Amino acid sequence: MGFKAGAIASQANAQKKLKTGVSAFSRVAKFTLLRVASLFLTIVIALFLSILIANMGGVVDDIRRASIREGIQQQFISDPRLRAMAPDVKLAQMTAMIALEEERQGLNQPFLLRAFRYMVNALRLDLGLATNMNSDAGSREVKNILLERLPNTLLLWTSANMIMFFSSVFFALVLSRQYGSFWDKLIISLAPTSAAPAWFYGIFMILIFAAILKLLPFGGIVDTPPPKGQWEYALSVLKHLMLPMLSFTLAYGVAGIYNWRTFFLIFSSEDYVEMAKAKGLNARTIESRYILRPTLPSIITNFALLLVFSWSGAPIFETVFNWPGLGLVFFRAITGFETAVIVGETVIYSYLLAITVFLLDFVYALVDPRVRVGSEGRA
Amino acid sequence: MLGKSFRELLRYPSAIAGLFILLLLIGLAIYAVVKIPYSQAISLWRGSDNVWYRTPKIAAPAWTNWFRHEKLVETKFFSTKENPTFKTVESMSSGEKFVIVFPFDFEYDTFPQDITLYFTPTFSEKELFASVTLLTPDGRELKVMDGAIGAGQVFYIAQDKKLIRRYGDFPQQSLLAIPDSEPLTPLKGRYELRISAISFEADSDLDVELVIFGQVYGIAGTDHLRRDLSIALLWGTPVALGFGLLAAMGTTFTSMAIAAIGAWYGGWVDDLIQRITEVNLVLPLLPILMMIGIFYSRSIWVILGAVFLLSVFGGAIKTYRANFMQIREAPYIEAARSYGANNGRIIFLYLVPRLIPLLIPQLVNAIPGFVFTEASLAVLGLGDPSLPTWGKVINDAYGNGAQYLGYYYWVLEPAVLLILTGLAFALLGFSLDRVFNPRMRQV
Repeated sequence: MGFKAGAIASQANAQKKLKTGVSAFSRVAKFTLLRVASLFLTIVIALFLSILIANMGGVVDDIRRASIREGIQQQFISDPRLRAMAPDVKLAQMTAMIALEEERQGLNQPFLLRAFRYMVNALRLDLGLATNMNSDAGSREVKNILLERLPNTLLLWTSANMIMFFSSVFFALVLSRQYGSFWDKLIISLAPTSAAPAWFYGIFMILIFAAILKLLPFGGIVDTPPPKGQWEYALSVLKHLMLPMLSFTLAYGVAGIYNWRTFFLIFSSEDYVEMAKAKGLNARTIESRYILRPTLPSIITNFALLLVFSWSGAPIFETVFNWPGLGLVFFRAITGFETAVIVGETVIYSYLLAITVFLLDFVYALVDPRVRVGSEGRA
Repeated sequence: MLGKSFRELLRYPSAIAGLFILLLLIGLAIYAVVKIPYSQAISLWRGSDNVWYRTPKIAAPAWTNWFRHEKLVETKFFSTKENPTFKTVESMSSGEKFVIVFPFDFEYDTFPQDITLYFTPTFSEKELFASVTLLTPDGRELKVMDGAIGAGQVFYIAQDKKLIRRYGDFPQQSLLAIPDSEPLTPLKGRYELRISAISFEADSDLDVELVIFGQVYGIAGTDHLRRDLSIALLWGTPVALGFGLLAAMGTTFTSMAIAAIGAWYGGWVDDLIQRITEVNLVLPLLPILMMIGIFYSRSIWVILGAVFLLSVFGGAIKTYRANFMQIREAPYIEAARSYGANNGRIIFLYLVPRLIPLLIPQLVNAIPGFVFTEASLAVLGLGDPSLPTWGKVINDAYGNGAQYLGYYYWVLEPAVLLILTGLAFALLGFSLDRVFNPRMRQV
């Protein structure tokens, strides 16, 4: 009797598994499609909005038209052959040249159509050419302008973010074990220092270490002229990295440790952790299995978003330290009315964000058995 | 309930420190608004009508002398208009004789940037004639100038050709130096600048203003346009506090209301709010603010509006929504529904107030972020064109190489005020978090 019942139960279980296998696939597929569609729509709307803002509702185009007109008029004034033309011929020629140049830059089409074309090109990652801005190597291609600065941003902002992330999670874990200790109290009392952003600490650091003590450079990425040898070059870059890194640590270090510490403490007061302690498991096992494991989705989310956010660099931070990264390019693009560069940087940012958000849903399901892709009520 | 929370709040030293700094800043803000009315502050900062002719260029605050071994010259100002006792008038047969004596103590180890005389003569046809001499503490009498005084005449000692020929490139230094000292050393003691003038008409008059432009000035120093920095520092306080408070209150209350509406109605309303939030999260805040500042307007109200619009649909809406979803199921809401309370009443009188404890610390914690957002834009040169703000002072200082040339006061004064503001709200918000979120209290 007991055996039979068990056999029936296992048979039913197998059937159920089969069924859930099929439905799981269709569920995941349906979810993936819906998610991709909704994220893509989000990108399209956000991008169109940024294009409208970046083009100032068409005013940037007026500025560009005016500069075309001025350039061609200048050409007529400075070129003796053009100057020698009869007035009516000259006027006709001038109008034709302006029209040609406007057509070349696509300014003769209605604004909405232009904005739409802009968006389609941007979505295809065809970023086009900048009007006046060029990369240090001399290229007008937006792609090259951005790619040239990407390593600098990765070197400073992204690596600072990553180092900060891992070290604050690490120290937070250590502190959450020593609740109420001297270091714990120190971190708590220092937590409000994070009220100011990194560029703001940068101002103080530059004053202290560069202006008064004259130990470290004011800004920039490498000495001028750049040192010849590879080692000297690396050393010089390292020297220029110190102040920005220090400011970054001052601004976000304590807060990072504090937030993670609090987060871990909340999780380590859960019943299952108490249970594990009562069982006599050692601290390391409790930490890795009962505290880190359930907090893993949060840790991963934070890390992924941090990488994405670092793409846009930090315009003000890079301005204060005169660091030639993406943020500085972005600021230059805005001040120079370079719509193509602004849109280029925005579209890559939105793609990175959307892809990350999309992948995170699957990562949650991988690291957290309570979560199933596509089912409502995620933990 | 709030009274009890407040008493509990005062148990935290950080809350007391935060409140103390905050009260100081509010006091400063009120003082600024009362002492210097808005329109006056704007026109002073714009520097119209040559209002800053009495102040030196890029001068550190006067109190920095306390920490210096070598005392820098303080800026001195004398005027017969404001203090007629400097002036004696004698009637003569064909006119009047004026003797104006400005005595001043000079106890410094450096020389002034310049010494300038501003003449305001009153005459109808014939110009006045004046001779100016300087009596030094050791009894010498040095000739400074002789000549006719026209209307609005200004005499710059440092730039006078005759004096340069006689004393070398820096006459304002040679006049105040120990004779033949090498390098030039100031002669300390009491000087007298004596102006004797004759007019050739009846009913004539002469007023003179003397400015000794020092290296230090006032409580906050001056900038490259001779503006007194204390105006920007004082007026920066209400601007920063106001911007932070308005932005934080506006965004937190509105997001909460929107989240409550979404959670209550559900369906497409909720969906729409969720989608708008997602789109908004893709839009990067600071770059968009920079674009608005450069392309559209730098008015602080436009920036405030943009900050509001971009922050209302922020990540916080999702947290609030999750909370409202739980509250929505509470029995008292069902009770309200059964006696026929309408939707608006339920949302704004029953749902939203439940989250006020969550909202208060969040609101206070959000303020420094907004204060620094405004400052960031100003530091990039996108501050409000007319308002004097802290960020703009930092921007000016950076633009004039203050960090390279050693004008540290120029950067440090606004920076210290900014960090005090940030710190005050952070300290307070930190303690509020512990008072209102019991889960935080244990850890």
